[in-house]
Amino acid sequence: MHHLISPQDLSTTQINELIALAGRIIESPSSYSEICKGKKLATLFYEPSTRTRLSFEAAMLNLGGSVLGFSSADSSSAAKGESVADTIRVISSYADICAMRHPKEGAPMVAAMHSRIPVINAGDGGHNHPTQTLTDLLTISRLKGRLDHLTIGCCGDLKFGRTVHSLVNAMARYEGVRFVFISPEELKIPAYLRSDVLDSAGISYKETKNLEEVMPELDVLYMTRVQRERFFNEEDYIRLKDLFILDAEKMKYARPDMLVMHPLPRVNEISTEVDSDPRAVYFKQAEYGMYIRMALILTLLSDPENKKEALVC
Amino acid sequence: MLNISGLNEGYVLDHIKAGDGMDIYTYLGLDKLDTEVALIKNVKSNKMGKKDIIKIEGSYDLDFDMLGVMDPNITIDVIKDGRIIEKRKPNMPEMVEGIIKCKNPRCITTIEQELVHRFRLTDRTKGTYRCVYCEQSFKKK
Repeated sequence: MHHLISPQDLSTTQINELIALAGRIIESPSSYSEICKGKKLATLFYEPSTRTRLSFEAAMLNLGGSVLGFSSADSSSAAKGESVADTIRVISSYADICAMRHPKEGAPMVAAMHSRIPVINAGDGGHNHPTQTLTDLLTISRLKGRLDHLTIGCCGDLKFGRTVHSLVNAMARYEGVRFVFISPEELKIPAYLRSDVLDSAGISYKETKNLEEVMPELDVLYMTRVQRERFFNEEDYIRLKDLFILDAEKMKYARPDMLVMHPLPRVNEISTEVDSDPRAVYFKQAEYGMYIRMALILTLLSDPENKKEALVC
Repeated sequence: MLNISGLNEGYVLDHIKAGDGMDIYTYLGLDKLDTEVALIKNVKSNKMGKKDIIKIEGSYDLDFDMLGVMDPNITIDVIKDGRIIEKRKPNMPEMVEGIIKCKNPRCITTIEQELVHRFRLTDRTKGTYRCVYCEQSFKKK
């Protein structure tokens, strides 16, 4: 593995290995606390995302490495018109690995094509967010004890919600997984995902607008935020943002062991009264995000095929 | 029924899906040719019901890759000395570079002008090409 651009870059074996490594890190963090000493992670964030950036930075610091980077395009040379290709060529000389978030889809792919260091896609527009997917897989794996034979409900913005697209792509490879998509008509899961990923593999799924009705079927309910920045039209955003709100009343329909997940930040799609429900695991999920990023950084830096020989990790 | 004379030398692009003829005419840059070109729309077809046909007279470097991306079901008659000397189907290359453009407003190619637009064939049966950067499928219209 040279880079991680799309969840599809990872084989099932690689995913399972990353989850296993994250598990070992969780069990014994001190064993890994200096393993990346002397290594640098560059966080190239062309759009703000405090949570993901801090998660990456905390991951590298927990491994004993250090971090550098920028947190918005305004504070980078992109503001002067520098291309992604040129930026990564320069950063390749300064850091050992980089995490890139960019509002335009495919930007991390362009970076990987010109980079001498491993590039991790930390989210590109509405496209891919592979480390969120790994976070979700680690969360499900640790809290459900398996990744197969599960019914995953995805609710909210399934059209622009890249976390859902990536999750569907990743979970589709596990046996016996079925999906329930809960969204308004305008925010349905894209046709290409239905045809290329689900239909082509014969994976069972259904689409509905009624959350309560399908709650009892679900092993996992993955809630998403309707994101203002994905809409060109403010009116559409306002009309659609409050259609699905998970509250204590709706939780009564859920199984006692169902997990409520959310990539965060939430706005109001999950009522705060749900936070105290033991089935609400979104804050735990955020914590797992840091551990899986530690596992990923460690794995990429350990790959002998990746640049900068004499890697200690 | 329109009567358009046969060609002496050139190409007949037959079995174009009805309504797509003008797009193919545009993508092939036929509007820039000085030679005779005929675009015939909604021709009766036993196989297709209706179809479009394009006839190009004269020597012309036909882009078989572009035709494959636009419509792999087109039939190409190569004409020489007033006769069909070859019947061909368009190519369907695994990768096309710099031929078609990604129309996704969120794609990195919209802000980085020097990037070569690249599309990968992801479904040979359906003839689906996707942008290698953002994975948006190519749509003619």
